[in-house]
Amino acid sequence: MAKMTLEDLRTLRESKKGELDKRDTEGKDIHIIIGMGTCGIAAGAKDSLDAFLDEIEKHKIDNVTVKQTGCMGLCYVEPTVEVKVPGMPDTIYGNVDAKTARDIVSEHIVNGKLVDKHIFDRPAKDIVKE
Amino acid sequence: MHAAVCDFILDCLQNSIEAGASEIGLLIDENPELISVRIRDNGIGMTDEELKRAVDPFYTDGLKHSGRKVGLGLPFMIQAVQLAEGDWSLDSEKGRGTELCFSFKSEHVDTPPMGDISGMLLQAFMFDGNFELEFERRLRKGKANDSYILKRSEIVGVLGDLNDADSLIMARQFLKSQEEDVSSNEDV
Repeated sequence: MAKMTLEDLRTLRESKKGELDKRDTEGKDIHIIIGMGTCGIAAGAKDSLDAFLDEIEKHKIDNVTVKQTGCMGLCYVEPTVEVKVPGMPDTIYGNVDAKTARDIVSEHIVNGKLVDKHIFDRPAKDIVKE
Repeated sequence: MHAAVCDFILDCLQNSIEAGASEIGLLIDENPELISVRIRDNGIGMTDEELKRAVDPFYTDGLKHSGRKVGLGLPFMIQAVQLAEGDWSLDSEKGRGTELCFSFKSEHVDTPPMGDISGMLLQAFMFDGNFELEFERRLRKGKANDSYILKRSEIVGVLGDLNDADSLIMARQFLKSQEEDVSSNEDV
């Protein structure tokens, strides 16, 4: 790949913007929040982030927000990822390696099915303020 | 434990962001002798007493998670550096900012692999907040002798919000091309 200048990046964005405008984005507001504390980094959350981006690009899913957060108190099942999709329960997944990340996009986000064996319903007690 | 030099960098960069820095400078300099990293910020800084406690793995300021008594970012880095007979320093001034430097000997058997620089940078750029992060990369290795400088504000200026997946995908491609260009002459 040739080295991109900021101008190349701007041109790329303009070309994608046209594509994006054509898509129907109504009612879709998907959030992926990846735990990126010391525990998340150590468990390889970076690979999960890369896999999420690859799969989102592959499925051409629009209106996805990807964020990073600190430790959710579930260090033993890092990498942890919270997924919010309209019409689906907000879900916290644990042990999200690259493969699971791809499964979350293709199953949870595209097909509306939960990815079994990776579900943790909520952050640990000392993290949640009630 | 963290696997790559980039993991330590990302962890330590988060400290700067959480210290409320509006300006952060990151330098990665790689040459046949050393891998050197410098992180400078204008965050809240630390007193001498706080500096001592910052490197204690069983200390945290308790602001993020009250009741917890661990803070492993800096201690992990220090442990890895010491294993590989590298070097580190941490200087800070309360109210002014902090400077963290660490280095590994390039050929030491216990020096971790560099890891994915462009991926680490993408993650650093996408953290919430309105901070500037200036990244300087220098590489002198094999036939490679090159450098580049990137600013978060420039990329946000072109792409807008970096939490949008489409923007992230484009930013990732952009960052990767910088790193591929700089390391294209590196002898493997």
